[in-house]
Amino acid sequence: MSDQEQQAPAGGAEEPSPNRLVGTLAVAGLISGVIIIAVYLATFNTIKENKARELREAVFRVLPGVAHMQKLLLKDGKLVVSHVEEKDEEPIYAGYDKEGNFIGYAIPSAGPGFQDTISVLYGYRPKERLVVGMWILDSRETPGLGDKIYKDAAFVANFDRLEVDPKIVAVKKGTKSKPNEIDAITGATISSKAVVRIINEGNERWLSKLPEPGSEPAFEKVEEKKGEKGKEGQEHPPGANDEGL
Amino acid sequence: MAKSQQQAYDEFIKGVWRENPVFVQVLGMCPMLAVTNSAINGIAMGLATFFVLVCSSFFVSLLKSFIPKQVRISCFIIIIATFVTVVDYTLLALVPKVHKELGAFIPLIVANCLILGRQEAFASKNTIPMAMLDAVGMASGFLLALVSLGGIREILGEGKLLGFSLFGPNFEPWVIMILPPGGFITLGLMLLFFNWVEERKKKLDAQLAAAEGGAD
Repeated sequence: MSDQEQQAPAGGAEEPSPNRLVGTLAVAGLISGVIIIAVYLATFNTIKENKARELREAVFRVLPGVAHMQKLLLKDGKLVVSHVEEKDEEPIYAGYDKEGNFIGYAIPSAGPGFQDTISVLYGYRPKERLVVGMWILDSRETPGLGDKIYKDAAFVANFDRLEVDPKIVAVKKGTKSKPNEIDAITGATISSKAVVRIINEGNERWLSKLPEPGSEPAFEKVEEKKGEKGKEGQEHPPGANDEGL
Repeated sequence: MAKSQQQAYDEFIKGVWRENPVFVQVLGMCPMLAVTNSAINGIAMGLATFFVLVCSSFFVSLLKSFIPKQVRISCFIIIIATFVTVVDYTLLALVPKVHKELGAFIPLIVANCLILGRQEAFASKNTIPMAMLDAVGMASGFLLALVSLGGIREILGEGKLLGFSLFGPNFEPWVIMILPPGGFITLGLMLLFFNWVEERKKKLDAQLAAAEGGAD
């Protein structure tokens, strides 16, 4: 009680007006907003280029021999080539060699791992119905055990020329005998099986929607060059959506 | 002159050692335990926190007479959050790999009580040079703690330091050290060490005082 009495006059004497309080916070918020927007704009293009480069590198990794790529989107049940970015798009990527001949698809797929969602990109050659490469885009698996799904070269090599029919199966390490089986990682069975399940889910989702082998969308060279020259980020106003990774 | 130098030195060194934010004040435990599974992550987190703490302390000390005390906490948070966002975007643009490793813990620097604590306890009451010294000292202490914890965990848990293999291929990594329990174990042992040093110092001081008293 005595505390309150003592504080009241002291506080009351230099009590700033409500306007001053609101004003201070408004100015602070305004300056902060301007700084944040400036930094956002300054880093926007670099961040976008980083993401695009990361994706390009991943596609080149899972599809050996690829020199060009273009994005395909599913529209009205058909895969069409797309050069613009759309909101919530779920693309797959088509890879072509230097002469523009179709090589295969790079299909992103994601699902729960041991700790968090694992995002996988894998290369698929429709002619032979083979998975030809696998790359982990994002994961938070246990360091030292689960992270072997991308750190262990022997495990990654499992996904080179892997048959997708009837479906991919993870078996105990060293017991791989069929072309649709992979060796799981000892001590990280759940993570290994998660990768396999994610790829099987990707196959279930996409394989029926892919066009007949031989009638893949052709490589549109002119568009690609234009897109590269204009560096996409400058063609579209900043604030357009990031690459859907 | 000598006196003010001594004082400046004191403000700086108290954060690095005597009042080390991690080992003595036990502040900022969330990033401390979460991202120190390797030395490089510790360095990145330490530097990010360093930048945010020093910049925030500068502005809080600069603006302390403009900020009414009723809204000071909100203003501090706005200042801190601004610099955290700057760090977040900058890391994402310049070193995307590091940003990926640190992930959600960069935005969480806003909630590091070490930073807000220094604004409330020191920067808002002291001159700019003193606030800077305090911030640099505290941030260095935090960086030191993160790097040593990250280094120890990486050496034991992966047999590497900063990515370089130390023990050759025959070393069986002590995986638990880079898992969360390893963080708690290592931090516990380091706190034990710091407390032991402190106890010893106290005893020595007491003995010294007793000896001097006897001499009189």
